[in-house]
Amino acid sequence: MITASVLVLFGIGLTAAVILAVASKVLYVYEDPRIAQVESVLAGANCGGCGFPGCAGAAQGVVDGKAGATVCVIGGDEVAKNVAAIMGLDFSSVEKKIAFVDCTGGTRAEEIYEYQGVKDCRAQHMLYSGSKMCPEGCLGYGTCVTACQFGAIAMGPDGYPVVDPELCTACGGCEQVCPRGVITIWGMTARIKHLNENTDCLAPCRQRCPGQINIPRYIEQVSRGDFAGALETIRERIPMPLSIGRVCPHPCEGVCRRGHVDESVGINMIKRFVADWEMNSGQRLPISCAPENGRRVAVVGGGPAGLSCAFFLRRLGYSPTIFESMPKLGGQLRYGIPEYRLPKSVLDWEIEGILGLGVDVVTEQLFGKDFTLDSLAEDGFEAVFLGIGAWMNMTLRIEGEDSIGVETGTEFLTKVGLGVDTGIGKRVVVIGGGNTAIDTARSSVRLGAHVTMMYRRTRDEMPAHIEEIEGAEEESVKYLYLAAPNRIIADESGHVTHVEYIQMQLGEPDDSGRRRPVPIEGSESLIECDTVYTSIGQKPELSCLYDENGACTLEETRWRTLGADPETLQTAIPNVFTGGDMHTGPALVITALGEGRKAARSIDQYLTEGVPHVSSNIQRELIPYTMFTDVPDVGYRKRSALPHQIECDERMCTFKEIEGPLSLEEVKHETCRCLRCGLTCYNRDMVEGQECQAEDCIKNP
Amino acid sequence: MDYFVLIIAAIFVNNIVLAQYLGNCPFIGTSKESSVAIGMGLAVVFVATMAACITWCVQQFMLAPNDLDYLQTIAFILVIAALVQFVEMFLKKVIPPLYKSLGIFLPLITTNCAVLGIAIICQREEFSFIETLVFSMASGFGFMLALVVLASIRERLDLARVPVSMKGTPLGLIMAGLMSLAFFAFKGMAS
Ligand code: SF4
Ligand code: SF4
Repeated sequence: MITASVLVLFGIGLTAAVILAVASKVLYVYEDPRIAQVESVLAGANCGGCGFPGCAGAAQGVVDGKAGATVCVIGGDEVAKNVAAIMGLDFSSVEKKIAFVDCTGGTRAEEIYEYQGVKDCRAQHMLYSGSKMCPEGCLGYGTCVTACQFGAIAMGPDGYPVVDPELCTACGGCEQVCPRGVITIWGMTARIKHLNENTDCLAPCRQRCPGQINIPRYIEQVSRGDFAGALETIRERIPMPLSIGRVCPHPCEGVCRRGHVDESVGINMIKRFVADWEMNSGQRLPISCAPENGRRVAVVGGGPAGLSCAFFLRRLGYSPTIFESMPKLGGQLRYGIPEYRLPKSVLDWEIEGILGLGVDVVTEQLFGKDFTLDSLAEDGFEAVFLGIGAWMNMTLRIEGEDSIGVETGTEFLTKVGLGVDTGIGKRVVVIGGGNTAIDTARSSVRLGAHVTMMYRRTRDEMPAHIEEIEGAEEESVKYLYLAAPNRIIADESGHVTHVEYIQMQLGEPDDSGRRRPVPIEGSESLIECDTVYTSIGQKPELSCLYDENGACTLEETRWRTLGADPETLQTAIPNVFTGGDMHTGPALVITALGEGRKAARSIDQYLTEGVPHVSSNIQRELIPYTMFTDVPDVGYRKRSALPHQIECDERMCTFKEIEGPLSLEEVKHETCRCLRCGLTCYNRDMVEGQECQAEDCIKNP
Repeated sequence: MDYFVLIIAAIFVNNIVLAQYLGNCPFIGTSKESSVAIGMGLAVVFVATMAACITWCVQQFMLAPNDLDYLQTIAFILVIAALVQFVEMFLKKVIPPLYKSLGIFLPLITTNCAVLGIAIICQREEFSFIETLVFSMASGFGFMLALVVLASIRERLDLARVPVSMKGTPLGLIMAGLMSLAFFAFKGMAS
C-alpha cells in the first residue's frame, strides 16, 4: 500500500515535472538579463521596504524605470552604486530624499481623542475622518513611528513626528500609513517645485505670503536655534532673505493669527535676523543644487524676478544666463530702493551668493536691441524667462510737465542708485502716495532738500506702508493731502518755479472701493518749488517685444503688461515664460521672487515633460475656515520692535541703514510668540494675562 | 436535458462561491475592476476545466484501481499546482497583457479552493468524464459570473459616498453576502 502510494505520487510528480520542463523550453519568454543582475546585487532580504513585492519585484521595477538606483532601502550607498553601474546611471545624480513632516500644529489632536481603544491614526481617521477642529493635520498617535523599520521617526515633545535625517532611508513606510498626508517623502527638487495646495497644512501667514514661504517651519527652526535650517527653509522659496528681510511690507503679518490676541508675530524681523546671522558670520551656507544637466535657459532681466528664476533654475540643474540692461544686477532693489532701506553692500553680498551657484551674467545688453528671442534660440537657449520689470512712468498729463526740474521718482532713485548727480534743488514737491513716492521724498531729504508730498486722497488711503509714512514724517517730510496738481509753472528759462494744485474732497466710492476725490471749484493754490518728482505709477515698457514692422508675437494685456497663463506663467510662445512686474504690473518684491520660482518650475516641466502644469487644488485665496478670529487661551506678549540703527538727525543727512536687526533675546521672544498654527489649530499656551518671558517660554526649551 | 440542468445547477443553484462559499479570497481580491474580473474568471474557467478533467483521469485510472482514494487531496493539489504553472508559462508567452493584469492572482489559483473543490465535487458526485467536463466548465463560469457582477457593483460603489470605514473590502464582503442571499432564491430548482 505504502509503496503504491509513493509510486503513484512520484509518478504524478515526475509526469508534471517532465511536462513543465518541456513547456519551459517551448514557452520560454525572453527577460531582460539586467533584472537578474540587479536582483543579484540587492540586499536579498525580501523585506518589501522598497514598496515592491520582494527583491525580484524591485529589480524588475528598476529595469522598468519605476525605481531608481537607491531602490533598496537597506542596501545603502554600496548597493545603490552597484545598481547604478548595472543600469548605467550616474550615482552622484541620485538625490537624497527623506521623510518630511509638515504639520506643526502642536498637541491639539490628543485633546480630541479620549478613546483609548483604537490608538491608531488610521482607525481614528476612518471613524471620524479626523479631529473636529483641523480636518487636515496630524492626529498624533504615532502610527508612522511603528511603521518605520529603521527607527528614523519618533514622536516629538509637541506630539507630532520628528524625523532623524541620518537614519531615514526614504522607504516611504511612514508616508503610506499616515492617513493625513502629513508626511511626504521629498527631495530638494520636489520641495522647490511644490506650490501651496488647499490640503497642505497652511497657517494663515503661509497662505498670504506671495512667496509661499513655509513661515511656521522656519520660525520653529529659529526657535530651536537651527538658523541654518531656517535659511534652508526660506531658500526653498526665495533666494533673497537679506533683501526681503529688509524691504518686504510683510503681508503675512496682516493675517497672522496672533494679531487677534495682541499684535502679529514679527515674521519678517525673524527672517532678517537669520539672514543677517549668515552674512555677519562671513560664511555662506551651502545651497544644494542638482548636478548640471547642460541645458541652457536665458533669463532676461536681472531684477528680483529674474534673479529668483535663475536661482531656482540652477538649483533644478539648469545653466541659466541672466541678460541685464543696467550695469549691475538687482533691478528695482538696486535702482528703486534707497540705500537707507537696503544697503548696496548687503544686496551685493546676496547677489554674489546667487551667482556663485553657477549663474552666468551678461550686463548692459538691451532686449530687443542687442539680442532678441530669435538670437537667443540661435545661441542654444532652450527656454526664455522675460522679467524686465515695470520701468515706464505714467504721466500726469498736465500743462508744464516737461519743464526743467520735473522728473519721475524712479528716474531720480535710479540716479541716486547709480551714484550720479541728481540735479536736485532745495524745495522739492513729490506727487504721489505710494512706496516709490515715499522713497523719493526720504531720499530727497537726505540730499538736503525741504520736501512736500502731494497726495490727492487722505492719509488713510495712501498705498504706502504705514511705517514708511511715519518714518518720512519723522524725517520732516510735509504732507499735503487731498491736493491734486493742476499745472506746473516754469520761469522764462523753462525751469519749474511753482506747482498749481487744487484742493479735493472725497466723493462716492469708485471701482476700487476707495472714495473718489473730487475737486473743489476755485480752490487753486500755488506751492513754490524748484524740483518736482512725480510718482503716480509705472507700467512695463513693452516696445522691446515689437519688431521693426510693429508686429509682436507675444500678447499684451489690457493693463499693458505681458500676457501669460496666470498659473504656469507660460506666454503665447511655448518656450517663453514671464513673471514679476512685467507680468503683474508694479507689485511687491516678494511677489516677483515668488513668480520667479513659479516660472522656473514651469520651465523645468516644459523642458522635461513638454507642458507646464499645476495641480487642480492649488491655493489662491485665503482658506476661509482657517481665518477664524477667536483665539482663546493665548496670553498677551509684547511684540519686539526693530531698533533704530541711527537716530533722526543723522538720518536726515546720510543714507546709512535706518533699521537694525533684533537681538538674539528678542528673536527668541518673537519666535516664542508664534502660535505654531496648523491649518486651523494653533498652540494655546498660557493663562490669560500672563506676560511672556523669553527664558520660560514653554514651547522653546 | 440532463446537461442543461447540470449547467444551470452549477452556475446558479450551486454557485461555487455564492452557494458553496469556496474561493472567497480571489473573489474579493480580483473583483475591484471588471476587466481584471473577466480575465481572472476566464483563467479559473480554463484551469478548473483542465484540472477537473485531469484529476478525473488520475482518480479513475490511478487512485481508484489501487484503492488509494485517501491520496485524493494531495494528488489533486499536485496536479493543480503543475497545471497552474503551465498556464502561467502559457499566458506569459501567448497573452502577456492578461498575464500582467492577473499578477499575483494567477499563482494564487494553485491554492484556490474553488478549483480543488470543483475537482473533488466531480468525484463525490461520481460524474462521468463528459459530465465532469460540463460541470467544471459551468462551475468556472459560475465563478466568473459572480466575480464580474461583484466587480461591476464595486466599480459603482467606488464613486458613491460611503462611510470611510466601510470603503473597499468591508463593503465588498457585504455585497458578496447580499449576492449570496439573492442566489439562494435558486435553491431547490435543481439539486
Ligand atoms: S518609515 Fe519614514 S522615517 Fe522611517 S525610514 Fe522610511 S521614510 Fe524614513
Ligand atoms: S502665529 Fe505664527 S504660524 Fe500663526 S499665523 Fe502668526 S506667524 Fe503664522
